[in-house]
Amino acid sequence: MPSLLTIDFLLIAAGAWLGVGLLGLAVPRNSRFISSVLFPLGALVGLFVGGYALNALGQAPQTAVLAIGLPNLPFHLRLDSLAAIFLLLLGIVAAGISIYAAGYFRHDHGIPLGLLCLEYHIFLASMLMVLLADDAYAFMVAWETMALSSFFLVTTDHRHEAIRRAGYLYLLIAHVGAIAILLSFGVMTSGSGDYSFAGMRAQTLSPFWASIAFLLALFGFGAKAGLLPVHVWLPEAHPAAPSPVSALMSGVMLKTAIYGLLRVSFDLLGTPLWWWGVVALAVGLVTALFGVLYATVQSDMKRLLAYSSIENIGLIAVGIGLTLIFHAYKMEGLAALALTAVFYHCIAHAGFKSLLFLCTGSVLHATKERSLGKLGGLIHRMPWVAWLALVGVLAGAGLPPLSGFISEWLLLQGFLFSPGLPHPWLNMLVPVAAAAVVLVAAMAGFAMVKFYGIIFLGQMREPALKDAHDAGPWERLGLAWLTMLTLLLGVLPVTVILQLDAATRQLLGKGLAERVSEQGWWMLAPISPDRASYEPLVFLAVIAVSLLLGGWVVKRLYHGRLRRTPAWDCGYHFQGPRAQDTAEGFSQPIRRIFEPMFRMERHFPSIRDSKPYFEVKIEDHFWHWLYLPVARIAGRISTLITNLQGGRIAVYLMYSFLTLILLILVARP
Amino acid sequence: MSVAGLLGQVFAIVFALALAPLLTGWVNQCRAWLQNRSAPPLLQPYYMLHKLFNKDVVLAHGASPLFRFAPYALFGCMMLACAIIPSLSTDLPLAPAADALALVGVFGLARVFISLAAMDIGTSFGSLGGRREMLVGFLAEPALLIVIFTVALIAQSTSVATIVETLAHREFVIYPSIAFAGIAFTMVSFAENARVPVDNPATHLELTMIHEAMILEYSGRHLALIEWAASLKLYAYSCLGLALFFPWGIAERDNFMALVAAIPILLAKLLIGGFLVALIETINAKMRIFRAPEFLGTAFLLAVLGMLVNLLLESRV
Repeated sequence: MPSLLTIDFLLIAAGAWLGVGLLGLAVPRNSRFISSVLFPLGALVGLFVGGYALNALGQAPQTAVLAIGLPNLPFHLRLDSLAAIFLLLLGIVAAGISIYAAGYFRHDHGIPLGLLCLEYHIFLASMLMVLLADDAYAFMVAWETMALSSFFLVTTDHRHEAIRRAGYLYLLIAHVGAIAILLSFGVMTSGSGDYSFAGMRAQTLSPFWASIAFLLALFGFGAKAGLLPVHVWLPEAHPAAPSPVSALMSGVMLKTAIYGLLRVSFDLLGTPLWWWGVVALAVGLVTALFGVLYATVQSDMKRLLAYSSIENIGLIAVGIGLTLIFHAYKMEGLAALALTAVFYHCIAHAGFKSLLFLCTGSVLHATKERSLGKLGGLIHRMPWVAWLALVGVLAGAGLPPLSGFISEWLLLQGFLFSPGLPHPWLNMLVPVAAAAVVLVAAMAGFAMVKFYGIIFLGQMREPALKDAHDAGPWERLGLAWLTMLTLLLGVLPVTVILQLDAATRQLLGKGLAERVSEQGWWMLAPISPDRASYEPLVFLAVIAVSLLLGGWVVKRLYHGRLRRTPAWDCGYHFQGPRAQDTAEGFSQPIRRIFEPMFRMERHFPSIRDSKPYFEVKIEDHFWHWLYLPVARIAGRISTLITNLQGGRIAVYLMYSFLTLILLILVARP
Repeated sequence: MSVAGLLGQVFAIVFALALAPLLTGWVNQCRAWLQNRSAPPLLQPYYMLHKLFNKDVVLAHGASPLFRFAPYALFGCMMLACAIIPSLSTDLPLAPAADALALVGVFGLARVFISLAAMDIGTSFGSLGGRREMLVGFLAEPALLIVIFTVALIAQSTSVATIVETLAHREFVIYPSIAFAGIAFTMVSFAENARVPVDNPATHLELTMIHEAMILEYSGRHLALIEWAASLKLYAYSCLGLALFFPWGIAERDNFMALVAAIPILLAKLLIGGFLVALIETINAKMRIFRAPEFLGTAFLLAVLGMLVNLLLESRV
């Protein structure tokens, strides 16, 4: 018997996830068993996936053939470094989320837990298969399984009309995207009929057809990732889903789309054209700006995070664009820098965004409230969640010394080199794009302060919040796992980059490893220490030492006395919780400065109103400019087509007859 | 890492800690003179710190541990900033820990902490100050970063020490890009340090304040640390501006005499710089908060202009 390869173990893991799901279906009533045995088991499988993926990094690609599917068309699977990076992400993040889910789904009554367990684990297994697929057929099957299982997860609570609508929108856009991906694969086979990825690699397409394939892939994968203008499902589906599912979708599923885009544009298509990079860069920038702008004005905590995910995906697309530009001009060292930033941001975002989504889950459980305007002061009742969320928030704001900062730092370093590009205007415009990236990062800080400040700080806006309870032990464990990931990614960049290097090397033929490892493990200097360096541990240590020393010296020299009194607030005594900023109030400056970017409906009461109310509703321009017109046209076409439906069998038989005649005429040998 | 470098590093930190309140005192004094008021003593900020350290901390009932932690975090961030900005010498062993981009990150971290602390008690002024601070922050940060990008493109490095060394060794010509960047940097530092066109450090008029609104609930040693950190921030920005745009006189590696000479030069620069800050504050009126985007937008455009000018006219071919 031949010894098992890593890829075989990963397939076993996929099988194990499926098995766990089926077990859940077998005992649908036993919610105790499902939550305290099956979900932790799923988390364990996640850890295995992460471990084997780490092991596979930098090794020669392994292939396998699964004899399922159509006759003569088995699943081809392949494990290389690019896939391993994303498998690693899937494994470690899913482990944290599953552990959390073990606590989260314990108390949720009214959800068919057995079914949910099955869908959840099919979702995990299908993401694994997407990453392993090595032909278009296997890829599309896994991709569709992923879309369908996540659709059912989103509509878990399908009794609400809004959630059903969100699920429908998600399914629709997922399929529009899937068609584009399928067409892109079709273009890449260039009529050879060989749908395996190896066959596509061997094809050399003309620049025209290669561009078509790239644009289709950008659109198709962009629909899954949430790039403009196919982002609208994200802020609907993420709040609708249960929090662990939102975390999984935002943290991991969006990244499978990034994986697909990388796979197509760097691996399958061969050498890119420079303007592909410009397109990706522009789309990414617009997406990031749009996402962060809308994130700042949201009043629903999960919608806020969903828009923030759009922003982060935009930043990742910017990184991909930059990589494509450098790669097209054969500046592989710089391309490696930008691609490392892309990988880093994928993993960092998966960590902190899952963490934040899970925190909203705990808040939701404790308070039954998703609207920011009814929360507040939860740091007193939920200290665990609040302090762990603080790490996620700081990482989400792209602040040192946490994970989000490293990727932004690497990306900006990449931008700083773009004046070396041998193109007359590109070398001038690309650095200006860096300004937009910085604006996005700074506004993300605003959104994150709003998110944290309004949920966890201040006074409780509703009396019921006094009964809020902290997260249970399983939930804490899951949150702590993701927090640890965020911290480690923040302080050990060199160690992480050395692992990422295998994938960079695979796609570009060059990595950052030699130059990064020239310095010590503590110093990140991707080009040279003279050029730029960052030592997160020293950074952290200096702040920590001066902080502790400052506190100690002050207390030694003077005193540590402290008195508690009511808040002062300029002597104004009638300070109720309602005098605090609401979510809408907090973002008022943004709404005012960027007014044309939003579609706002405002209602102000007049003095005669017996029941005065203020309301501001913010909608996406894209709905009214793009989606509603398209929906209207689709509606009209379907009305036209219903004319065919007369309700008389004779007419239907005539249709069949005419079709048959037509087919005989057309398909004559 | 040499012993001299280590000594220089420690000296730079101690120097910053000791000198920062003096700079604030000097700016206040100049401002009083320019406004025909009788000036407070030069050492007033020290008396103030001493007094505040002696007082009890009066903490609101609703304050969480985050509120008590934030002043220390703020202070730590400013210490780090002062440690890596080459004020006297470019030979700083801590300098590789954070380049110019990370420096912007340090200021961002401090801002987020103080804004969160402002929202912690749940008073209306606190959250108002917090959101205004974040607003000014996200408008100022891109402009600051483009300024840094411009000088980084010239020096081919984002390390602050390397930038300063490169700029100091260029022949003395007025580079248009540096001029644009300098103006933009000045505008940004006024906004970031809560100075007059954007905020007023002396105000307690509720509707106009930003920085003061955030720290209304602080008292005792917490307030002292925040005030000290604010002085350190002013000092850090001044030194950064002086180092980037007037880099002459800053000592380099293994040059002890230059280090000794750098002290009076820095003092003289700060004296003039502080006077100019007071002058600008006196001849300007405080803007409405919603004029701040225009002000900082102008700074941003100037900075971008500076960068484009550098790429178009001064590229090193």
